[in-house]
Amino acid sequence: MAELNVEIGTLKLKNPVMTASGTFGYGYEFSDFIDLNKLGGFIVKGTTLNPREGNPYPRMAEVPMGMLNAVGLQNKGIKYFSENIYPKVKDFDTNVIVNVSGSTIEDYVETACKCSLLDNINAIELNISCPNVKEGGMAFGTSPASAAKVVKAVRAAYKKTLIVKLSPNVTDITEIAKAVEGEGADSVSLINTLLGMAVNAEKRTPILSTVTGGMSGAAVKPIALRMVWQVFNSVKIPVIGLGGIMNAIDAVEFLLCGASAVQIGTANFIDPSITIKIIDGINDYLERQGCSSVKEIIGSLKA
Amino acid sequence: MPYTSYILVNFAKQKHRTTFSLMKKFILDLVVRENIELNRNYFLLKLTTNDGAPLPEMLPGQFAEIRIDNSQSVFLRRPISINYVDKISNELWLLVQKVGNGTNKLSQIKAGELLNLVLPLGSSFTIPSDNDKKLLLIGGGVGTAPMLYLGSRLKELGFEVTFLLGARTKNDLLQLNQFEMFGKVFTTTEDGSHGEKGYVTQHSVLKEKIFDQIYTCGPKPMMKAVASYAYKNDIECEVSLENTMACGIGVCLCCVEKTTEGHVCVCKDGPVMNIKKLLWQN
Repeated sequence: MAELNVEIGTLKLKNPVMTASGTFGYGYEFSDFIDLNKLGGFIVKGTTLNPREGNPYPRMAEVPMGMLNAVGLQNKGIKYFSENIYPKVKDFDTNVIVNVSGSTIEDYVETACKCSLLDNINAIELNISCPNVKEGGMAFGTSPASAAKVVKAVRAAYKKTLIVKLSPNVTDITEIAKAVEGEGADSVSLINTLLGMAVNAEKRTPILSTVTGGMSGAAVKPIALRMVWQVFNSVKIPVIGLGGIMNAIDAVEFLLCGASAVQIGTANFIDPSITIKIIDGINDYLERQGCSSVKEIIGSLKA
Repeated sequence: MPYTSYILVNFAKQKHRTTFSLMKKFILDLVVRENIELNRNYFLLKLTTNDGAPLPEMLPGQFAEIRIDNSQSVFLRRPISINYVDKISNELWLLVQKVGNGTNKLSQIKAGELLNLVLPLGSSFTIPSDNDKKLLLIGGGVGTAPMLYLGSRLKELGFEVTFLLGARTKNDLLQLNQFEMFGKVFTTTEDGSHGEKGYVTQHSVLKEKIFDQIYTCGPKPMMKAVASYAYKNDIECEVSLENTMACGIGVCLCCVEKTTEGHVCVCKDGPVMNIKKLLWQN
C-alpha cells in the first residue's frame, strides 16, 4: 500500500481524490454506493447567499463523450445549507468543502463568512467560473483584475483554506492563476466547464433553454490537462486538477501534470462508485511504478 | 376475505409503503435472459441476477439507469422504467422503444450478456389504503411500460384495475395479453386499427364510468390532457414524467420540473408526481 495522503495548504487529504461541485450533491446521495469517509474530500453543490431557482428546463444535452449543462447554480442558499445540510455532512471523516458562488463581491464575502462559522468546513472553493449565470460567476473569473478583486475581498474575510476554481474560457489561464495567487489564494482548482452549445437540426432550435452551456466529461480531458500543466508551471500554490477524469489512469495523468489532488465530476453520473475505484487504481499504479508515495509523481511528467 | 389473506394483503401494502427515498440503491450487473423484439420499434429485455440472488425490492413507477457499453456516441446512462418484476422467475422486465443511439445500441444486446444497472431509482405510484377505490391506469405508447407492473401489484392487493392504453396503430399496442391478466383493458389507436379511434382522453369509458384515482404515463401532451380531465372532474391523479436526465440520483439537477415547490428533480422527487404539485392547470 503506497502513501496516498496529500496537502492543499493546511488542508490534509487522506488521498488525492475529491469530487467536483455540482456532480456529487451533498455527498450523502452517494452513501448507498460508496463509503464517503474513504474520499480525500467532497465539494458540495455551488452555494450562494440567497436561494436560486436555476435556469429553466431543458438544462442538459449529451454530446460525444461528454455533456453540456445549464443548471445555473440552483441551490437553497447558505442559510439553508448551514441549518439543514451541514448537520448531515459535518461528521464524515473527510474534508467537506463548500463551493461558494455569487453575483457581487459582497455576496461572495458574506457567503464565505457564513461558511467560516461552520466548524467542520475547513475550506471553501470560490467559484469564479460558472458559465451558466448571467451575473457574477464566470464574469469574475475571466479577467485577472476582477479575479484578483474578489479573491482579495474574500481572503480578508476568510481565514481557512481558500481554493479558487478557475474558468477555462479565457485567453491565458496562467494570468488568472497568478492573479489569485497574488491575493492569497491557497490553491487553484481547474477546469470548470467549457462554454459550448448543442443544436437540434430538425427543429432548428438550441437544445438548452439558455442556448449555451458548460461542457464536461471525457472529451474535455486534453484541454484540462494542458491547463493544469500550464498553471502548475506558473504558480507555487497547489493545483487541483479536474476535467474529464473517468478512471484511475486519467487521474494519474493529472497528478503527473502537476495536480496535487484531483476532482471527479461527470464520471460520478455514469458510475456512482467510481471515486473508490480511482483511489484503488492510483494505489495500484504507484505500486506498479515502485513509488512509495503519491507525492513522488506529482508534477513528475518527463517533459 | 379469509383472515390469513387479509393479513397477507395488509403486509404487502405495508411493504409497498416503504418510503421510496429510503430504499437502498444498487449498482448491479444483471444477465440478459431474453431480448425479445416486439416489433420494429420496441424490444423487451428480461433480466435476472447472475448468481441467483433475489432481485432488490422495486416499486411500480421506479426506474433504472442503464449503462450502454461499447458505443462511440453514448456517454450517459439511459433511464428506463420498470415494466414488470416477476418474483417467481426472479426477472426484471424493461420495455424499451428505439428512439436514438442509446436505445438502438441496447437493442443489440444478446441473451447471456451482462447489463449494468443502477436501481431502484425515483418515486413510486401511491397505492390507496382502501381497496374499494376504482383505479384507472392510462398508458400511451411506451408509457404503458410502468402500468403493467403497477397493475400487477394493484391486482395482488385486491383492487379492481382498469387499463386504458393508447397508441398510434395496432402494432404499437404492446403486451396486451399481459395487461389482460391484471384487469379490464380498453384501447384507442389514432388510426382506429384497434379499440376506439382517437386519443385516450376521447375514450367512452371516461364518460361511462367514474374513477377515484388515475395513474398515467406517456407523451407529455397526453399526460397533460389526462391531468386536465382529472383536474376538471376532481379525481386524484399521478403522472410519470420523463424529463431528460443525466445522473438519475438527484445530484446534477438537470431533469427539473417546475412545481409548486420550485424546480424539483424528476429523477429523485419523481418520476411519479401528483398533478396537484405540477403547474399544468393553465
